[in-house]
Amino acid sequence: MNADRPKKKKIVKTIQIDLDKCNGCRACEMACSTFHARPRYASNNPARSRVRVLFDPLRDLYVPVYAGDYAPAECCGRDRYTIEGKTYDECGFCRASCPSRDLFKEPDSGLPLKCDMCQEDPELKEPMCVQWCITDALTYVEREEEVEEENAAQPEELETGLEALADKFGLEKIAEAVARLAAARKG
Amino acid sequence: MRYAETGFQLEIDLSRGNIERVETDPRLTELHLGGLGTNARLLWDRVPPEIDPLSPDNVLIFSAGLLCGTQATGANRTIVSAISPQTRLMAFSMMGGFFAPELKYAGYDKIVLRGRTPELAYLFIHDGRVEIRDARHLAGKGALETAECLKRELKDPNVQVAAIGLAGEHRVYFASIEHARSSASRAGLGAVMGSKNLKAIAVRGTRDVAVARPAEFMELCREVLRYIQWRRDNPVKGVPAILAGIGSPQEMAIHDEEWHTTNFAWGNARHRRKDFWTQENEERWRRSQEQAVERLISCYNCPMKCGAIVRYPALGVSKYMMKCYSKLTYVMGAMLDDLDFGFRIAGRAQEYGVDAYTTPQVMAFAMELLEAGILTPADVAGMPEDREEKFFWLLDRIVRREGIGEVLADGVYWAARRIGRGAEAFDHNTIKKHEQIPIKLGMLNPIYFIMYATGEKINITQIEGQMPQMPFETRQEREEFVRDWIQVPHERFKDYFLNWEPRGERAFPHYPPPEATCEIVEWQEMMHYLDDSLGLCAGLSSFPIKPPYHIHNLPPLVSAATGIDFDEDSLWKAANRNRTLVRAVNNRLGLRRKDEKPPEDHWKKRFPELEARLLETYYRYKGWNAEGVPTRDTLARLDLDDVAEDLLRRGILREEAPAAAEA
Repeated sequence: MNADRPKKKKIVKTIQIDLDKCNGCRACEMACSTFHARPRYASNNPARSRVRVLFDPLRDLYVPVYAGDYAPAECCGRDRYTIEGKTYDECGFCRASCPSRDLFKEPDSGLPLKCDMCQEDPELKEPMCVQWCITDALTYVEREEEVEEENAAQPEELETGLEALADKFGLEKIAEAVARLAAARKG
Repeated sequence: MRYAETGFQLEIDLSRGNIERVETDPRLTELHLGGLGTNARLLWDRVPPEIDPLSPDNVLIFSAGLLCGTQATGANRTIVSAISPQTRLMAFSMMGGFFAPELKYAGYDKIVLRGRTPELAYLFIHDGRVEIRDARHLAGKGALETAECLKRELKDPNVQVAAIGLAGEHRVYFASIEHARSSASRAGLGAVMGSKNLKAIAVRGTRDVAVARPAEFMELCREVLRYIQWRRDNPVKGVPAILAGIGSPQEMAIHDEEWHTTNFAWGNARHRRKDFWTQENEERWRRSQEQAVERLISCYNCPMKCGAIVRYPALGVSKYMMKCYSKLTYVMGAMLDDLDFGFRIAGRAQEYGVDAYTTPQVMAFAMELLEAGILTPADVAGMPEDREEKFFWLLDRIVRREGIGEVLADGVYWAARRIGRGAEAFDHNTIKKHEQIPIKLGMLNPIYFIMYATGEKINITQIEGQMPQMPFETRQEREEFVRDWIQVPHERFKDYFLNWEPRGERAFPHYPPPEATCEIVEWQEMMHYLDDSLGLCAGLSSFPIKPPYHIHNLPPLVSAATGIDFDEDSLWKAANRNRTLVRAVNNRLGLRRKDEKPPEDHWKKRFPELEARLLETYYRYKGWNAEGVPTRDTLARLDLDDVAEDLLRRGILREEAPAAAEA
C-alpha cells in the first residue's frame, strides 16, 4: 500500500543497557551531570543527571533509566514486572519526569530533565554515560533504518486520528473544538 | 567560592541537641587537604589526651575526602576518626561505598559529633535539613537491617546510611561502622558511635560539588580512567594472581586463594598450612564461592568490582554485601576448612558490626585459652560441641558482652590482662593493643619492620603498597618490571628494586639498606596519607602495584579540582604534615618508642641491632627525636608551631639547641 512512498535513511541512536553487567557504581550519573553542567564539567550532581541507576543490591536490581518525556500527571497504571524471578518496582523502567517521583527534575527549579544523547557540535563519538561505563553495562549502538519521509507520513496519521474522532463526535464538534483551542492558544 | 570541597561542616552536640553549619578555614585545605588531615587537626584542637574515649568528650568525625563527589574515579572514601577505646590512640578507619559523595552533595565536608544523646538516636541529613531523631525502634537491629529500615521509613532509596549493629551498641572495642558494602572497621569506632547513643546517620544530598578548572580536571580524570582500563586488562607479571590487579585484592572474583591460605597463619595467628591448597580443597572452595556470589559490585564512581552480593539460601543466610578478605578471616581463625562457614559467619558478623580482622583472632585466642586451661569449662558454660557452632556462640556473646563475651569484647590485649593467669602470653599478635594481620614469616623484612613498628594506622594493609613484597628471581624479570613503572617518585627507586636479590648480600635483612628502606617506606606511607586526605580508594592508588593514581598525576589533579596550586613537593609536604600531625596526636596520648615493635614471633629470624638501627634511621629521616616524637624544628618546618608549643608545655618535647631552630 505504501510501497511507492518516498523513503529515507535515518540513523537511530540507541544506548543498549545490559542489566547483568551493571555494577551499580553510578559513574554514568556522574558523567552525565558534569557534561550538562554550565560551564561544562564545572560540577557534579547526580540529582541533575538524565540517567539514574535505580538499584537495590539486596534484591539484585540494577536498572539504569534514561530521562524521557515530561508527563504533567501521574499515570494510572503502576506496573510491576517479574523477570526471571526478580520483581522490578512500579515505575522501575519508566523514563518519564512525572509528579509521582523526584527523578529527572532539576533540583533547583523542578523543571524536567531529558536525555539528549549528549547532542553536541562536533558530535561526541558516544554519549558521556557510555564513555564512562567501562563495565559495558551501557553500550552505544547506531542503527540505520529506512523510514518514510516525515511530511508524507504525518498527514496520514493525523487523518486517521481525525476520522476516528469524527466518527465518534461528529465533524462539527471537532471543528468547534479546534476553533476553541486555537482561540485559547492565542490567549 | 570553594572548589572540590563544600567549605562547610556540621558540628553537632548530641548532649544538647545543638546543630551548627560552620564554614571552615580555606587555609586548612592548603595545609591538610581534607579527610584524615583535617580530622587530625580537629582532634588535636578539640580532644585533650585525658579524656575517656567512650565518654561524651570524645569527638567522632565522619569526613568526606577532598575529591569525593568529583569526577575522579574512586574518590568515595569516608574517613572516620576519633580516639580509639582499644588502642587509646587516634583511630582513623575508612570506608568506601556511597556515603562520602552523598554528604558532599548535601553540602558538607564533615560531620563533627560530640556529646551523647539521652536515648538511642539517628541523624538525618537532607541538604539544609538536619535532625536528630529517635532510634529506639532500631535498638538491637543489624547494621544492614537498620539501613534498610531507614530507607523505607524515609521513603527514599537514595538515602545513604552508616550504622552500627549490636556490637557498637554494646561498645565492643572492635565494633565497626557499616555502610553498604563497606565498613570503617578498625580500632572500635563503632563503640565510640555507640557510646554517643547514635545508631545511624542517614544522608541525602542534591547539591553541586564544583571544581575550579573544569576542562583541565576532566581531561586528567579521563587519563586516569584510561589507565584503569588498560591496567585492568594487563595484570602485573611475576606476582601472585591476587596481587596482580588493581582495586582491593579481587577476593570475590578470584577463587584461587593459594597465596592467602598457605602464606597466612591459621588459628590465633599460629599455624602455617603450606599444603592446604590441594586440588580437592580448591575445587570445594570454587564451588562454595560460585554458589555464594550473586553479583560483583562496586563503590561509587568506580568500575572495579571488589565487593559482592553474597546469597546463599541453602545456608539460611540472608543476603549481604561482602568485601575482599573477610571471606577468609573467620575460616582461618576457626581452623575450619570450609569456605561455606566463612560466608555464613561473616554475614552474621556484619549485621552485628564487628571488625573482620580482629573478631576471628579474639575468638581463636579464647579457644587457645580454653585448650590451655586458662579459661575453664565453667567460663564458657553452654558452649556447643560443634566447632563451627562454638564460633557462632562466641560471636553472639561478644557482641552482647554476655558472660565470657564481656571480657573478650575488649579485644585480645585488654582481655588477656583482665583474665590474667598467664593469658598475656597468648597475646602474641598485637601491636599497640591492636590485633594484626595473621602472618608469621621467616626472615626479617626491613621495609615491613619499619611499617609495622611505626605505622600510625596500626595495621599493615593500610600502610603497604607500591613495591612487590618479594624480590623477583632474575635480573631480566626485574628489568621487565621497571620498564613501565611510571609511579616511582624518583628513578633511584627502580635501582632499589633492580638490585634486590632473593639471596646473598643484596637480600633481606640487610637489603635494602636503612636509608633506602626509609625512602621506600615514606613513599608507601605518603601515598596512603594522600588517599586518606583526598578520599581516594587505596585500591586505585596506594595499595596495589602500578596503580592509576601516583605522585606525578595527583598534583595537577588536586590543583585543577581545588584551584589551589600544588606541585609534587608541596603535595608530598602536605601528606607529610598530616602524617606528622597524627603522630603528634598519638605522642600526646602517650605513644613512644617503647610501643613501636612488631610481634616478637612475626619473623623467626630477628636482628635486634639492625632493628634498632632501622628504627633510629627512620626517626632521623622523619625528623623525630629518639623517642619517636617530631622535633620542634620538624614541626616548625611543617607549619605546626602550635603543636610544638603544646608538646613543649606538656614536657613531651624538650627545648632543643637554638641552632636547630632555623625555620
